[in-house]
Amino acid sequence: MNIFKGFVIKEFIHIFRDYRTMVILFGIPLVQLLLFGFVIKSEIKDADIAIYDQAKDNHSKRITNKLLSSGYFRLDKDLDNYDGIHQAFREGKVKLVIIFEQNFSEKLEKTGNANVQILADASEPNTANLLVSYSNAILSSYIKDLNSTSKMPYNIITEIRMEYNPELKSVYMFVPGIMALLLMLISAMMTSISITKEKEMGTMEVLLASPIKPFVITAGKVVPYIFLSIINVLIILSISYYVFDVPIKGSLFLLVSVCILFILTALSLGILISTVTNSQQVAMMISLVALMLPSILLSGFIFPIENMPIVLQYLCQLMPPRWFIEIIRNIMLKGVSFSFIWKETCVLFIMMIVFNLLSIKKFKIRLE
Amino acid sequence: MRIILFLLRKEFLQVFRNKSMLPLIFMVPIIQLIILVNAATFEMKSIRIFIIDNDMSSSSRSLISKISGSPFYKIVNTGFSYKQAMDEMHKGKTDAILNIPPDFEKKLFKENTGKIQLVINAINGTSAGLISAYTNTIINDFNRKIIIDASQNIAVNASLIKSLNINYSFWYNPELNYKTFMVPGVLVLLVTLIGFVLSSMNVVREKEIGTIEQINVTPIKKYQFIIGKLFPIWIIGLFELAFGLAIGKLLFNIPMVGSLPLLFFVASLYLIVVLGMGMFVSTLVETQQQAMLISFFLLMIFILMSGLFTSIESMPDWAQYIVKANPIAYFIKIIRLILLKGAGIMEIKKDIIILVLFGISMMSFAIIRYRKTS
Repeated sequence: MNIFKGFVIKEFIHIFRDYRTMVILFGIPLVQLLLFGFVIKSEIKDADIAIYDQAKDNHSKRITNKLLSSGYFRLDKDLDNYDGIHQAFREGKVKLVIIFEQNFSEKLEKTGNANVQILADASEPNTANLLVSYSNAILSSYIKDLNSTSKMPYNIITEIRMEYNPELKSVYMFVPGIMALLLMLISAMMTSISITKEKEMGTMEVLLASPIKPFVITAGKVVPYIFLSIINVLIILSISYYVFDVPIKGSLFLLVSVCILFILTALSLGILISTVTNSQQVAMMISLVALMLPSILLSGFIFPIENMPIVLQYLCQLMPPRWFIEIIRNIMLKGVSFSFIWKETCVLFIMMIVFNLLSIKKFKIRLE
Repeated sequence: MRIILFLLRKEFLQVFRNKSMLPLIFMVPIIQLIILVNAATFEMKSIRIFIIDNDMSSSSRSLISKISGSPFYKIVNTGFSYKQAMDEMHKGKTDAILNIPPDFEKKLFKENTGKIQLVINAINGTSAGLISAYTNTIINDFNRKIIIDASQNIAVNASLIKSLNINYSFWYNPELNYKTFMVPGVLVLLVTLIGFVLSSMNVVREKEIGTIEQINVTPIKKYQFIIGKLFPIWIIGLFELAFGLAIGKLLFNIPMVGSLPLLFFVASLYLIVVLGMGMFVSTLVETQQQAMLISFFLLMIFILMSGLFTSIESMPDWAQYIVKANPIAYFIKIIRLILLKGAGIMEIKKDIIILVLFGISMMSFAIIRYRKTS
């Protein structure tokens, strides 16, 4: 036990000596949370548009005013010919062009029907889609106001409720993802690198030749990272709770235990990586390709899994973060009890055991 | 000049001798393009919806058949109990619930307004917004059809009702193909990652192994050393772009409207910026582990604030000012302009000048900061 204690202390000294790494490890969650909380939004405001008004009369001017005062659009330029549209799009600033036909008001008043054309730059498809639907809604409401004298029959009113996240805040979605990403980074990547570093420097030989058991060496390497991971989890949770008002509806005890389970799974993965590699660079590459990419992309962190092709959906099932993120979302935002998430928890548990068995099988106590 | 040539030979030898490099150079673009482009999609293909129909009238049935007929929806279940539906949403088995109350049809025709309720799982705000937009469009179409059918029966004076013909078209990507949007962005990511990671690790590796001291005691000049280090990576970066473009063309058939030489010209300028940043990082750190963490940290911020995944317009004003200092954002903008819209050099000259300024300042930082004496 004494040997173990000494070993853990050595590891802590190694970690704390490298203050740059420490700063980054604790800086990442802060910056990410702030970025996602304040910067990344799904709503669009002040998009630059151009207007080609061939009529310049009463209604077209009033519609233009209504569009620009909505807060969604900002006038970048007035166009006076058709060729200008291409030019405007190519400069890359204008996202939407609205064209009013000649004699717009006259047609609207006399025949009750006039034409508006909306051209969107769809090189960014979602933005284009949203901007078209915003402008569509504004035009429709203008016409509805005009018609308010004659009453429209048979209206269906749709009452929409946004469950779990009424203000559509993106932090709600990102907090579980950032936790998964960070725990992967600290637990799996840092552990695998710190063990391979020992191999690369040749100090692993010294450790293996000493009477310390391989199990104690590995455990000693892992303990400090468990500690760092838990501190990081607490930081993320308190920022998201106090600064961004992300609710924690379920039990805090359950939440923390699941986090610890995930930390152990990630550490086992890190140990497995370190047993199959000999150099830091390879360990890093494996971590980046096999850990970062999947935990950002194949976990449902940003992009919904259901939209992916079937093959990728199956691939997603093999990723530990995918299960962890689901559990965390369920506990924090939906407030479910353990009976709802026991399956996902079991999957994580089985993954952890498999990783450990593999590492025991692969662990070499002799040099090649 | 001769010294630089020798240095280049040494670096190329080292790059190709390293066995993990070659798979990296060929595998990373393939993995990124195939996985990233397919996985990073907000295209809604099957919205899972639970329908509660307590009205059981002909109107409610025809509304439901409109939804089931749409390619965007998959009806997971139908039932009569709101609690059962919420349970399904709790378990994550449905994305949305459409609740049609009893007397929907009666109220619609007698009192002129019928109410229905749509509950959406909004944990992912972007998806929720899109689901609500799609569903609203279907319900509005349905509503319009009811009004038209009804107005044939009762005499509504049609000429009194004014209407607009709104005609919209999507330029440069008429089918709103998300892949056309993603591939150019992913190519930028590819070039940036390779350039940044390789250049930031390279010098640190020599530091860690100790061979940097051997170079420092030779009469090699600072600029010669840096050119020798960066030129091979610059070549690899441009090769990656060509390779990635070829995959994008073959697999995803992305449009290439503009001129490819112009694209490579801009890419070669952009790579100088990236390599300069990587070099600068490597002068700040002592170990490869630190270099990697710092690269990861910086790249994460640069990428998230580049307009690759989310549009820059949706950021708050202060963040949009920060984006102006993000070289990745400029290159993503330029590559989309060239590939999708066919912009020429005149339309992007401002952005090119900014990239050149970035490049000059980054390189000078790196050269000033790199010291031959410790």
